[in-house]
Amino acid sequence: MTLRLWDPFRELDALRREVDRAFEDYGAWKWPFSRTAFVPWVSARTYPLLNVGEDKDNLYVEALAPGLDPDSIEISVLRDTLRIAGQKAPLNPDIKPEAFHRSERGAGKFVRTLTLPVEVDSEKVSAQYKNGLLLLTLPKHERAKPKQITVAVN
Amino acid sequence: MKETTVPQKVEQKAPDTREESRTLIPAVDIFEMDHGLAVVADLPGVEKDGVEIQVDNNILSIRGTAKSLLPGEPLHREYQLQTYFRQFELGDAVNREGIRAEMKHGVLTVHLPKAEASVPKKISVQVA
Repeated sequence: MTLRLWDPFRELDALRREVDRAFEDYGAWKWPFSRTAFVPWVSARTYPLLNVGEDKDNLYVEALAPGLDPDSIEISVLRDTLRIAGQKAPLNPDIKPEAFHRSERGAGKFVRTLTLPVEVDSEKVSAQYKNGLLLLTLPKHERAKPKQITVAVN
Repeated sequence: MKETTVPQKVEQKAPDTREESRTLIPAVDIFEMDHGLAVVADLPGVEKDGVEIQVDNNILSIRGTAKSLLPGEPLHREYQLQTYFRQFELGDAVNREGIRAEMKHGVLTVHLPKAEASVPKKISVQVA
């Protein structure tokens, strides 16, 4: 890091990049429960939506994924990439298409990968599926934890 | 089945940001079976006790309060859990007393059995 004098043009450029970044994701964000999530020719939309949290020791990833078949959920971590795959269980296939008044939920298989901000210990990752939310607990790797450095005063 | 929203009595000058007034519309599947209708709604984050189903004046109301499981400080956010709310108008053919609901993995299923009167009856013609 270098110390630099204040340059208004650099500030302006930084602002422009910030604005670009803010609008970058905008096109991808759609209604969270839209059935288009599972209609390939409409959109290959990100599914499931994820919220990420952290504390000192762990990263937490929560996925909005109601009605999954719990046996179909596959989670793997390779270095800093998390992969979540699974299947949203379809309704009883015996129901005739003409019996539907509304069909908005959709069903099908999905895969999503996420680049994690820190290195995690892939051996100790745990997951629970509750009320349609999938919660992953990813313990941070020892190397990724900050070290407290004490300052000796003479 | 017609979707409807009953105008609710809202306190004057109630700010829009109040938790009760901001709701999400859950995605639903509605289909007919021999014995009645089924309404299936995605309510991720809602516990069994957090869901409230009401039938009043032919209006079926579904309300669910979602709770996040996420501990720690937020780093990245793609969705926000809020109260789910959606209403449907029921026809006369639904037996109000027989309505039951179940919740599994964040998916609510409401069974609406057909009323006895709307099940077709065969009437025999007597010849005098």
